[in-house]
Amino acid sequence: MDPDLKIELRRQGIFTTTLEELYNWGRKSSVWPLTFGLACCAIEMIATTMARYDLARFGAEVFRPSPRQADLMIVAGTVTKKMAPQVVRLYNQMPEPKYVIAMGACAISGGPFKQGYNVLKGIDRYIPVDVHIPGCPPRPEALMDAFITLQKKIDAQPLTGVDRPRHLNADEPSEFVVPQYGAHDLVPAKNPKLWNIITKPTSKECMAGVDESGKD
Amino acid sequence: MNLEKIKSEIEAAVPGCSVRIVLNSSPSEQHSLVLGREHALEVARFLRDESELRLDYCSNVTGVDWLDKETSEKVKVKQVVDGVEQEVEEVRKTRTPGYLEAVYHLYSMEKKHGPLVVRMQTEDRADGVRLPSLTPVWRSAEFQEREIFDLYGIVFEGHPDLRRILMWDEFEDHPMRKDYVEPNDYEYEPTPHDAVLEKSKQARTLEQ
Repeated sequence: MDPDLKIELRRQGIFTTTLEELYNWGRKSSVWPLTFGLACCAIEMIATTMARYDLARFGAEVFRPSPRQADLMIVAGTVTKKMAPQVVRLYNQMPEPKYVIAMGACAISGGPFKQGYNVLKGIDRYIPVDVHIPGCPPRPEALMDAFITLQKKIDAQPLTGVDRPRHLNADEPSEFVVPQYGAHDLVPAKNPKLWNIITKPTSKECMAGVDESGKD
Repeated sequence: MNLEKIKSEIEAAVPGCSVRIVLNSSPSEQHSLVLGREHALEVARFLRDESELRLDYCSNVTGVDWLDKETSEKVKVKQVVDGVEQEVEEVRKTRTPGYLEAVYHLYSMEKKHGPLVVRMQTEDRADGVRLPSLTPVWRSAEFQEREIFDLYGIVFEGHPDLRRILMWDEFEDHPMRKDYVEPNDYEYEPTPHDAVLEKSKQARTLEQ
């Protein structure tokens, strides 16, 4: 339906919708995050849910203490290699549809600990991340922005066709490999299905000193 | 706190023990006592219970890794060269084997003095890495000795629960040792420098 016509009809008191819109509206308006924090970013996440910033305005007021009841995992903080298997296991235990926000420098890249031996270089090596927020730690406004971005993403998901979300596609995996503790590192060190980006820079990048991966 | 006095008191109280004073030449002048492994536990008990010292609080335990050290010094030696006696300079190299060290910082809550720095040294860095645990004397050393065991690999004998505390149990390395090699999982860095620059150069040669 033509969006202008829809708005015009709404002015006249006639409300039109589709099942897809209704379904996505319902899902995006009551995203239940998992009560789950790993480091200082969790403090900002707590601040976001409290009265001053009040994440409840966007329908995410119920933080669930069980992964079985949660839709959204906010990976708030440093993911150490020792903690990574537990994070993936919690994610696997969440029912579909489920979403992930990687909050802060550590969760998206390892942050200041990137060159260390004990911190994961980003949780997106093991679980699919929907929204990345940079910052150390990101302010509550940044988390709310990420949340609104996620809501837009949910709203735009088609329920049929090739672009349908993972939970409506039986061929897509719903569980991700839980890394094992190895003698020197986690085994596997990354999930190659999720993280197949070439990690070595091309010589062109080295010369220019600019990350070209963002450009097509 | 007079270290000489404490040293002589320890030697009088615990016969046969070896105590050595290590001077710190930095402005802090925090000199320390190196205890022999065999009698360290008895000495620790003495330091805690002796009425003048009463070092009842162990605030900090940490480890140090000392690598094998090679020192060279020039020595003038008299040698007969072509029938004439001459003074010739000769370079002598002495090799000091490396060892691991545990450092304890002791205070007294009762007497309001401290710190007294106490050290223990292992035999070497490979097999002789055993030290007596001082956890039976100062309970606060428990987790810190576990951390030293985890990161340096010193085995504390007499520790009630010696397990890794930071890394997972299956982990085999000791990351704080100077010869630790971390897993090679270099990823692109926009502004590499120092050790990371070396890694980025390595990655670049691999790619070519």
